[in-house]
Amino acid sequence: MLKHLSKTFKRTVLATAMVLGPVTLASAQQVELTMYYPVAVGGALTKIVDGLVDGFSKENPGIKVNAIYAGNYNDARIKALAALKSGKPAQLSVMFSIDIYELIEQGAIVAFDDIVETDDEKAWLKKFYPALMENGITQNKTWGIPFQRSTIVMYYNKDAFRAAGLDAEKPPATWDELVSAGKKLTKADGSQWGMMIPSTGYPYWMFGALTKQNGQTLMNGSGNKTFFDKPATIEALQFWKDLGSKEGVMPKGTIEWGTLRQNFLDQKTAIMWHSTGNLTKVKSSAKFDFGVAMLPAKKSRGTPTGGGNFYIFDKTTPAERKAALKLIRYMTSPERTAEWSIKTGYIGTRPDAYETDALKKYVVEFPPAAVARDQLEFATAELSTYQTGRVRKLLDDAIQAALTGSKSPEEALTSAQKQADRLLKKYR
Amino acid sequence: MSMARQTTLFNRIEIAAAWALAFLWVMPLLYALWAGFHAPEYATRFDLFAPLTLENFATVWEQAPFGRYFFNTFILVTSILVMQFILCTLAAYAFARYEFRGREVAFALVLLQLMIMPEVLIVENYSTMSKLGLVDTIAAIGLPYMASAFGIFLLRQTFKTIPKELEEAARLEGCGPMMILWKVYVPLARPTYLAYGLVSISYHWNNFLWPLIITNSVETRPLTVGLAIFGAPESGVDWSIISAATLLAVAPLLVAFILFQRQFVQSFMHAGIK
Amino acid sequence: MSEHKGSMNRVYGWLLLLPAMVFLTAFTYYPMVSTFFVSLFSDGTATRPSVFVGLENYQFLLEDDIFWKVLVNNLWYAAGTIPTSIAIALMMAIWVNNRLPARGLVRMAYFTPTVLPMIAVANIWLFFYTPEIGLFDQIGSVFGFPSQNWLGDPELVLGSIIVMTVWKEAGFFMIFYLAALQSLSPELEEAAHLEGASRWYIFRRITFPLLMPTTLFVTINAVINSVKMVDHLFILTKGGPDNASSLLLYYIFEVAFSFLDEAYASALTVVLLVVLAIVAVGQFTLMDKRIHYR
Repeated sequence: MLKHLSKTFKRTVLATAMVLGPVTLASAQQVELTMYYPVAVGGALTKIVDGLVDGFSKENPGIKVNAIYAGNYNDARIKALAALKSGKPAQLSVMFSIDIYELIEQGAIVAFDDIVETDDEKAWLKKFYPALMENGITQNKTWGIPFQRSTIVMYYNKDAFRAAGLDAEKPPATWDELVSAGKKLTKADGSQWGMMIPSTGYPYWMFGALTKQNGQTLMNGSGNKTFFDKPATIEALQFWKDLGSKEGVMPKGTIEWGTLRQNFLDQKTAIMWHSTGNLTKVKSSAKFDFGVAMLPAKKSRGTPTGGGNFYIFDKTTPAERKAALKLIRYMTSPERTAEWSIKTGYIGTRPDAYETDALKKYVVEFPPAAVARDQLEFATAELSTYQTGRVRKLLDDAIQAALTGSKSPEEALTSAQKQADRLLKKYR
Repeated sequence: MSMARQTTLFNRIEIAAAWALAFLWVMPLLYALWAGFHAPEYATRFDLFAPLTLENFATVWEQAPFGRYFFNTFILVTSILVMQFILCTLAAYAFARYEFRGREVAFALVLLQLMIMPEVLIVENYSTMSKLGLVDTIAAIGLPYMASAFGIFLLRQTFKTIPKELEEAARLEGCGPMMILWKVYVPLARPTYLAYGLVSISYHWNNFLWPLIITNSVETRPLTVGLAIFGAPESGVDWSIISAATLLAVAPLLVAFILFQRQFVQSFMHAGIK
Repeated sequence: MSEHKGSMNRVYGWLLLLPAMVFLTAFTYYPMVSTFFVSLFSDGTATRPSVFVGLENYQFLLEDDIFWKVLVNNLWYAAGTIPTSIAIALMMAIWVNNRLPARGLVRMAYFTPTVLPMIAVANIWLFFYTPEIGLFDQIGSVFGFPSQNWLGDPELVLGSIIVMTVWKEAGFFMIFYLAALQSLSPELEEAAHLEGASRWYIFRRITFPLLMPTTLFVTINAVINSVKMVDHLFILTKGGPDNASSLLLYYIFEVAFSFLDEAYASALTVVLLVVLAIVAVGQFTLMDKRIHYR
């Protein structure tokens, strides 16, 4: 009865609104957007996202945004997909840039090319760094817009460099220099290691850097072939393993992603490779003079990009899509991008963000902030294929097997390639 | 005489061992207290004169909606407990005092759940919940646990020890079956309810895997899931903050346990769980 | 009239049972059966609908190295946690049952892990295990031991996981032993003591046999825990390095909710169900012989 009454009431309101004409309707109609987002590095990012969303809501009272923090990248994808199935759908989400194939296969997302209409909107798609767009484009369409994007950089302890008789302003630029510096920095009593590259959490990502530096990518652009058993790939893994087992500049076994920052801050390692997303936290906590540098080169410098993109879901009304696009454009505008980059250490995703006063000033005051951007020139896409969860695990396991010595790099990678081929055959 | 001295020496070693083990066992809690009440730079360094601070707790409270998580956990734990008491009491009464065809088979089926616990069936239960449209609700977290084989078994054992004469007397006074259950069995089984209730509360307060899978949002997440998301090592471990969050999350249960530990052990004795 | 009989009561018995049975059917029996059916189909996505594939998922399982590794790990995990936690629990119970200075405090200390959520303390254990800056390494370095990569070395990682699990469950089992010990009649022990029997003899010949029902009950719990206690893996290792610490339930979670392959996860679940069924049959026959529940 009550339900019926309220239905009647709603209808009356709707009818009245229709009579009153489209202008009133548009302003009376509230679009509600639910958005999941992950956080993979560094402190209180949730507050920052909330702040951005609040800013948007103030400018757009007709759009209500529920931003839900969903855990790590994996959680965010699972939660968003689950929500789609369960009838409490989200309209857009920040998810791992490498989830693109899985999302397409699930029919979950819609390409931005199908949403943008005006010239202004179309031009907006071209405003971002090309390297950051690589993971968002396939089948000639743009599915993901870069947001919380990072690369791997080399953090190093300048005080430790000086103490070891190294030039603190000249961080190692090649693999050979890295090893020789590492040897000088490693203390015999075990109180300080030369370097640490994390090998839990996201080992394939770190490995993407080493292979790129050795002139090799890990997969093709269609996401259906991997190159795990190429000689250059195997060589890269051999080098990583040798840092621990042969050169002795890094601990043997795997190194924990989550605790590495603390190891660096406690000066247990003089160099760490880690996401740029940690920059702000390291800056605020380091009790010593530290520097940030591009990763060193074998054949060239190199790093994969990483992090999260905006996606818009397929199960959305045109009005929701428009609203979602508006939100994404707001969040990726040069000013917000600059603010986001300063507060988190993530890369400013577009060149004109670095033209804003805020970021210009910040880069002058704190030059490390520009390293990740400069490194984009050498960047490549992050490992991303169909069946990406499984393929990624194959590579992760192979890397860990090699680093812990249970398999040789060649053995581990050949077997991973064989299994990846089996998984990806049906997508060719 | 030498025998006696040996015994005392042995006893002393034993006492020392018992204490040492006790120390080992509370070490994680002691560390949480250390890290929670000190600034982050002391999280991995132990300095007796490090200044105390409440900052970590403030940060935790501000950074994540722990109040809401507490509320969710509270609702979850109480609703599970109430439902378990009702369902298990009825079933246990049937098994203890009624003779009906298929009783033994039914009892064996119930005991099956002792081994095939809900954790094993997460995949299928998830799809059931999504068919029922219950994904991301507090109800969905609790439903698979509400009929508990453990509870039925315990209460059945207790009900069986209650003299039948009491039931007969109640019947003569004109009580129906439900009245007898309520007036005779339930009051006499109070220690069992207490013991089982405490086990159930601490189990569901701490349960993680299933709630992680079935919840998506702040409105439904219990403390454990909130804590796991908050402290995921991906975001770089900050032990001071994690410890503060941990202490906040366990405080109610821990305090309750410290206050009631005597009753707790005694209720286990009376409950005949032995 | 010894028990309720007659047709009315027969109906009443079932009626009392009904609510619990509805729940058990919906969330235990039905999923057990449907898991098996799902495991016979391929996994469906929007672009590739699910089709009947017979035993293909099981074939994949036989060839899946990770599955075998995880299964073996789980056996070691069971072998490492069940006897150890029971032995420690029994020792604890005997200690706090005796006259021990500060007995209340000691008992409380043993029991604290039970009320701490695994997921939260895992972060603290992560600190204990972390190389260089972790507590174990800090203590070790005082005595001149080299740094150990507890969670990053495949030789050590499962052991490290086992230690934490034992820590978590021993205090809980202690309570059951303690309750049992306190209900044993002290005369028996005193009599034996007067006859000059050693403590060990009394324990072996009198106390331990009398505790047998408790031991079996606790064993069942320990077995169950060896299957379902995987929470700490989420924080400590995520099953790594190279699956060296992954357990069956964690792998099922990964396949189902990370690779989104419900069909293969169902096949894995069926294996787990079969293992549990075998254990259950073994235990219930053993229990039937040794304990007589009225």
